[in-house]
Amino acid sequence: MTRLPATMLRRSRSRQRPPARRLPRWQAGLAVPAVLAVLSLAVAGCGSSGKPSSSSSSPSAQAAGHPGGTWTILANSAFGVADPAQNYTAEEWQLLIDTHDGLTGFAKVGGAEGNKIVPDLATSIPKPTNGGKTYLFHIRRGIEFSNGQTLKPSDFVTTFERQFTVPGPTSFYSDFVGASKCSTKGCNLSKGVVANNSAYTLTLNLTAPDPELMDQLALPFAFAVPAGTSPKLTGNNVPPGTGPYMWKSYNPNTEAVLVRNPHFHVWSAQAQPAGYPNEIVEKYGLQVSDEVTEVLNGGANEVYDGDPIPSDQLGTLNSPKYAGQVHVNTLAADYYYALNTRRPPFNNLQARQAINYAANRTAYVKIFGGPSLAVPTCQILPPDFPSYSPYCPYTAGSSHTQWTAPDLAKAKQLVQQSGTAGMKVIVDATTDQVGKALAEQMVADLNSIGYKATIQLLSSSVQYPFIQNSSNSAKWNVAYSQWFQDYPAASDFLNVLLGCGTIHPNSDASPNIAAFCQKNIQSQINQAEADEATNPSEAARLWTQIDHEDTNAAPWVGMFNPKQIDVLSSGVHGYQWTSVWNILIDRLWQG
Amino acid sequence: MATLLEQVEVDTELRPAIAGRNPWALAARRLWRNRIAMASLVLFLLIVVLCLAAPLYAHDVAHVNPFVPNLNGHTVVGGKVVPVMQRGGGALRLGETPIGPTWDLSHYFLGADSTGRDVAALLLYGGRSSLLIGIGSAVLCSIAATVVALIAGFFGGTTDALLSRLMDVIWAFPVYLLAISISTELLTHTSGIQIGPLNVSATSLWVPTVIIAFIYVPYVYRPVRGQVLSVVNKEFVEAAISQGASNLRLIFSEILPNVVSTVIVLLPLMIATTILTEAALSFLSIGVQPPNVSWGTIIQDGTDLVYSRPWVTIAPGLMILLTVLSLNVLGDGVRDALDPRAKLRVEG
Repeated sequence: MTRLPATMLRRSRSRQRPPARRLPRWQAGLAVPAVLAVLSLAVAGCGSSGKPSSSSSSPSAQAAGHPGGTWTILANSAFGVADPAQNYTAEEWQLLIDTHDGLTGFAKVGGAEGNKIVPDLATSIPKPTNGGKTYLFHIRRGIEFSNGQTLKPSDFVTTFERQFTVPGPTSFYSDFVGASKCSTKGCNLSKGVVANNSAYTLTLNLTAPDPELMDQLALPFAFAVPAGTSPKLTGNNVPPGTGPYMWKSYNPNTEAVLVRNPHFHVWSAQAQPAGYPNEIVEKYGLQVSDEVTEVLNGGANEVYDGDPIPSDQLGTLNSPKYAGQVHVNTLAADYYYALNTRRPPFNNLQARQAINYAANRTAYVKIFGGPSLAVPTCQILPPDFPSYSPYCPYTAGSSHTQWTAPDLAKAKQLVQQSGTAGMKVIVDATTDQVGKALAEQMVADLNSIGYKATIQLLSSSVQYPFIQNSSNSAKWNVAYSQWFQDYPAASDFLNVLLGCGTIHPNSDASPNIAAFCQKNIQSQINQAEADEATNPSEAARLWTQIDHEDTNAAPWVGMFNPKQIDVLSSGVHGYQWTSVWNILIDRLWQG
Repeated sequence: MATLLEQVEVDTELRPAIAGRNPWALAARRLWRNRIAMASLVLFLLIVVLCLAAPLYAHDVAHVNPFVPNLNGHTVVGGKVVPVMQRGGGALRLGETPIGPTWDLSHYFLGADSTGRDVAALLLYGGRSSLLIGIGSAVLCSIAATVVALIAGFFGGTTDALLSRLMDVIWAFPVYLLAISISTELLTHTSGIQIGPLNVSATSLWVPTVIIAFIYVPYVYRPVRGQVLSVVNKEFVEAAISQGASNLRLIFSEILPNVVSTVIVLLPLMIATTILTEAALSFLSIGVQPPNVSWGTIIQDGTDLVYSRPWVTIAPGLMILLTVLSLNVLGDGVRDALDPRAKLRVEG
């Protein structure tokens, strides 16, 4: 499988995230009974108070399970164009999962269960046939879009064709038969996506087996939209969906408003339960510090978790007074420095290993907010991720499972052996405070082992395409970057970021920033992907091995795995967090 | 009875001789008598001297290297060794807060910034950059604008029209947007910017200096061109022309000396403006680049610490305020000193 994520990758999130709170068993997913969902539907539309701190639903509804009221989120800025075929931001995805559905979905519950793929608009997860290249889905009957139109299998043809006619990350579905001929000018997937409206089936034909197809079908890009939807970008108008909410309005300058979808009914409480709030409002424009103050004062319910909370206010959040309102979770994400393997000094393995030994990860963690907000790492896969096995060869001391301190003596020795001492090194980073501080620390680390390092700062919107494009490869040696998972699969890190197939010369969308390509590792990646369908345990073992081999080859300096902070108003119930979507907004209610 | 002629001759003989005075000496005398302007000059010079002493303070008093993060460092407060970065408290222990002001000159006098660097040392080093860029760009800008204004005003016609429209085009761009565009482009030239035999590093202070000088050329050009136009048709210029003076001589010997006072009046005000512009650009991360610091970059570093460590932003803000205030007052004094219409006001 080759994937080419778009330039709008989900990479720029914030700095903070916290240790998972143990959830009451009934909240942890399966125990959200469909009866409650039906009851919540019955009271839909009642009691929207407009006041975030007080939900006002009917007495019977409150007794049943807390639906009603308006859930207000404060975000510093909007998420750009709202069309789900294009938008690639966690900010909109957190809302889209409440308004739309795909053939499959991630179980809408907190914790590890939330990584599980479940059937959503399909009745079941099909087994592949034709050597892993054909999937036959049975589509649920009786489901309606928010505009009243009945869901049909042919709606998915439009949905997938829009992936190509609307500029966006088409690569997720580029293995569909016929996709290679699609472009923004037109697309015909009649052979790749075959709908049978009378039998209510949908057949997906691939050009090559794709063991991660079910994950990819659960992403918002594949969320069903009606067959009549324009093949072009719909801008800020979100096409109708099948979820418990629908988009009432979206103005990037002011707010997005989601209200209940009157045509929704619960078909799978696991995939798409009925939400609790009657209305979800996301307001834009406040400074993050003001958002925190507003939420702590009860003026809104939630600070958007992608907004970086200023260092100043972290002290406030430490107060025992807010203990119940602040949640910290570890993200499936890496903050790292890609080493340019195309040119000296880091085309040399010993030079790459040297800076890995010299990197002061304690300092990087402190820049990000300290050990409560980041965990130092040396490897590619993040903790608690499929196939993750702790590994850190670049540390002082004898333990190779956890980073403890830099080993400068070893680093200096490697620099001497590599013959790269005294070379000039350009550290490319972003102009935001965290990016700049991390770059300054990296320069100090490089200089401490004998390089002559300088900094190049570019704004985030410029820096990421800049370092991906090979035409700029002569302009940097070390590039700051981040990666957040698309879905919980090892290949989303190991193949997307360090596979030979994701190096796209002269393209702004070439996520293998280090341009690292080792054929023996790539063959293992190919084997692991092939084994996923037939021999998952062997695939998992291989992915672990690839992670460790990549770490040994040192195409990166892994810095840390970030954590995320959720700040909520007091009296909020139902908090659930998954590594895929993060906070589950529609599971929350104000007590 | 003496005739009227005789009377005049007698008066002339009795009157004491009037000593010829250099107009520059007169202006200097007027400036010297302007106490507020002189106090401003002293304040400005004091700031300059303090900033020039930055290495002395950093190496011999505070014993720090303000260009290297010190996140794992320690210092002494009240006889106790404490970490420069202090971890948050409570159950969550979120965040790392830098140490605040100790008011001890040898130990983080104004506290540390978010990467554990000594703010007082940074402030002095930052002042060197800010002043260097401010003064450098104002001087460069004034020279460039004067040359263009002399050419436009002297030759007139098409030359004047073309140069004036060019200035209009530059000035029509939003100043900061233009500076951001130029900076972003130049900063990606990692191998440096080649100007003839010169190679300027992308992180050199010359980059913001030249950018700021460039964007303010029209601002100085307009009044200077106006002055040139008013001088170019004066009798003494015509007299020089009739004596066969070349264009170069006319421009530099006849016109320039008569418009230079306008430039001198503008210079302190321009320095103040360019210092503010540098601070703004650096605050936006497109002015002074690491490892250099300026007052603008220190303010940017302190924005996340406004409540817990306000001195990180207050100190450079105060320095900018005092510098700009002193330059503006000094500029007013220079204008009064050089403007003959202000003679009565100053001397009276």
